[in-house]
Amino acid sequence: MHRRRFLMGAGAVGFGNSPVQALQKLTPGMTPPPFSRTGLDGKPVTLAAFKGKVVLLDFWASWCAPCVIAIPHFRDLQARLRGRGFQVIGLSMDDSASEARAAAIRLGVNYPVVMGDAKLAIEYGGILGLPVEMLVGRDGRIVSIWHGETPPAVIEKAVRASLG
Amino acid sequence: MRFSLLLMAPLLFIGLAAKPALAATDIIPASAQIQPAQLAGELKATPPTILQVGFSKLYQQAHIPGAIYAGPTNSETGLTALKAEAEKLPRDAAIVIYCGCCPWNRCPNMDAAYTTLKAMGFSRLRALYIADNFGQDWVDKGYPTVTGQ
Repeated sequence: MHRRRFLMGAGAVGFGNSPVQALQKLTPGMTPPPFSRTGLDGKPVTLAAFKGKVVLLDFWASWCAPCVIAIPHFRDLQARLRGRGFQVIGLSMDDSASEARAAAIRLGVNYPVVMGDAKLAIEYGGILGLPVEMLVGRDGRIVSIWHGETPPAVIEKAVRASLG
Repeated sequence: MRFSLLLMAPLLFIGLAAKPALAATDIIPASAQIQPAQLAGELKATPPTILQVGFSKLYQQAHIPGAIYAGPTNSETGLTALKAEAEKLPRDAAIVIYCGCCPWNRCPNMDAAYTTLKAMGFSRLRALYIADNFGQDWVDKGYPTVTGQ
């Protein structure tokens, strides 16, 4: 038997069951949950290591067409803005690391990629659809969050504004 | 991340083979689609059998109460899981499949799941129309949701 917890949403229909947990959505101004994981290349990746930089967290998966379309833009941003203190970190929601690794190689990803999981996703307010991008400023606080397919120019504009 | 060319060559081939389809979800007729509000209503009365045919990490975070995980149907493994679950059901069972990983017209799972179940002879098959994703179109609307394996 699996233990299940009910999520609470505004206007949630109870069906006789009491909601006992709500997804705590992250919003701009909040500090993103820390994480420490091994990257697909075997190197450790911690969010804390990039403190002082502008960080773009990209929740993606190899099966997500909009995610795959966006990655070349992130790769390009990483190459052009690395010297100004910009860092992309990919968080793959693929079921297996081998799928994520193959896609990362195919797409020429030039930034660290770690495997995400349901626990981390819930800590980040629920990654219930892809892609999700989160921009973190030099002060370690969330600047912007984008859900779904977002024009690259919108993200780049926000990145540049955060870089100052 | 740097990989040698020797390492990249075979993985590149694998990666291309696994490239996600960009095709829209266009084979599920409107008459077989059910809107989130309608399904939420049915859950209060006579719930259909609900099969989540998307990705496990999405299901683990949040899914519709009673939904059975049977995916991801963009892979042979997932289709096998779907068929195994479906074999337990009578062919006239009311079934709703859903995913919500991506916008409806980008979903890599729904077409395959629908086609497979239709081919198995299910006569009361419907697909939950999720326009953008499960978070925005179901959870954020306040419809019932549980989390777990």
